[in-house]
Order: sequence, then C-alpha cells, then structure tokens
Amino acid sequence: MSPDPPVDPRGPRFAAWVTTAVLAVVILTGSGWLLAAQAVVFALGAFAGLRYAPYPILFRTLVAPRLAPSATREAAAPLRFAQGVGFVFAAAGAIAYLAGIPVLGILATVFALVAAFLNAAFGLCLGCETYLLIRRLTTKGAPA
Amino acid sequence: MWRIAVLVLALAGATAFGLWWRARNGRLADVTSQPADGPLAALGVDPSAADVTLVQFSSAFCQPCRATRSILADVARMVPGVRHVEVDAESHLDVVRALDIRRTPTTLVVDRTGRIVTRASGQPRKADVIAAIAPHIPDSETALPDGGTPGP
Repeated sequence: MSPDPPVDPRGPRFAAWVTTAVLAVVILTGSGWLLAAQAVVFALGAFAGLRYAPYPILFRTLVAPRLAPSATREAAAPLRFAQGVGFVFAAAGAIAYLAGIPVLGILATVFALVAAFLNAAFGLCLGCETYLLIRRLTTKGAPA
Repeated sequence: MWRIAVLVLALAGATAFGLWWRARNGRLADVTSQPADGPLAALGVDPSAADVTLVQFSSAFCQPCRATRSILADVARMVPGVRHVEVDAESHLDVVRALDIRRTPTTLVVDRTGRIVTRASGQPRKADVIAAIAPHIPDSETALPDGGTPGP
C-alpha cells in the first residue's frame, strides 16, 4: 500500500464507463468468471494502488495522450475506497454465480452496475457518499 | 430476454436517481434557524468572531470536499466578515450526529449569534453561497433579516 498521487479526474470517469460496460455484459451473459475478473480489477485498484489498476493504465496509455492536458487533479484516496466497495460486491456476486446461486449473483452485479454507472454518468461516488453514514452508525455514541 | 429487462431497469433506475441527486446536490436549503452554540463550541468554532462563519464538514473519502474548500475559501477572501472553517467529520462524530450531518461535504452557514441559517450538502455553487450570506453581512446592501442586529 503506497499513497497514490492525485489523478486526472477524467481517468476515473473513463474507468467507471469501462466497468459499467463489463458489468452490463455480466448481466447479459450471467458469466461468473467475467465478474470474478472484474473483482480482480477492483482489488488491484483498491489494494495495490491506482497505478496498477488496469483501466487507469488503459486511460493513461491510450486515452489521455489524445486529450488536451488537464491541470485539474483529484485525490486518489476516495477512488481507492470506492474500488474497495466495488470489490466487495463483485467478489460476492462472482462467488454466488460460481456456487450456483445466480439470483444472488445478479443482485450483487446490479448493485455494482448502478454504482459504476452513477459514477460514470453523474460523477457521483456512491461508496464515498455512504461512508460518513456508515461511520455514524457503526461507531459507538449517543444515537441521533 | 429477461436479462435485457434487468439491465434496462437497472440503468433506468440509476438514471432517475442520478438526475434527482444532481438537482438537489449542493443546494442551499432553508432550515428553521436553529441555535447550535453547543455543537459549535465542541468543534472549537466561535461564531462571534465573524459576521458569517462557513463551517464545512469533510472526510478522507470525499471527492467534492477539495473543490468545496476552494469555493468557500474564495468566498471568505472576497467578502469581508466571512470566515471559513473546515472540520474533519470523522473526528467529531458526536457533533455530526447532533447536527444530523449525513454526507460530506456539508456546509453550515452560521451567523454571528451562533444560529445555523442555511446548510448545503454536496458541493455548493459560489453564487448561491454569496446570495445566502448577503442578508447576514451588516454592511451589505441587502436588508437585515427580521430581528437581525448589526454586529458590533
């Protein structure tokens, strides 16, 4: 785990569109193995770091050189956190598919797809948005 | 066939949610002006130090917090009598519960008497912030709010 430098915000949006497409194919084909591959992609971004994550590498090598350079930078920590949330859903879905419980597999994939699509189309990071709420609920203290 | 239906439904639902979220994200909502001296004191914020204090709650895993910080810091620099304070939500969870902060960034607009006059969850627009604070700045051209007293 090494801290990532801030990134071009168009990178994560591109990665979110690729993720959305992959998860859409998972829903259409019911392929547990493809979902397992996406779980590995999430795990690389969350645990190894964004510089090792496949979609950002794709963005940096193929897409970014064709775009005008951007001075805007965005912190990497929220992105890695979101990849971790994605990993939990993708891993759970892949296990469900491969264990022969397709209903649970589809359910988990739909959650991950909705989150990836909201990130891609609206720049809304669902995992980040719920982070404080989860901390509020899981940390001891006077109930609200 | 049903797989296509699942996909279309998921994307349609997400689009509807995304549009709703975008429409209200960062909007300054009028709140029934509530005194917040207690929670603010717990944060070490002294509202009487400025005409308007912009209290921004941030967290580590927050994409729009950075942009919000620069917007609010800009407003504080441009408008005399306005102060910007950023608070780490996670290290003040009791205050977060007391003020019902649900997400980051959340911005509270606090007047000199320690009342929360407006709040915004999400990244607010600079023009909206300036419009919201104007009535609470004594030497601004806007009329004072009902019962408002000019600062010393």
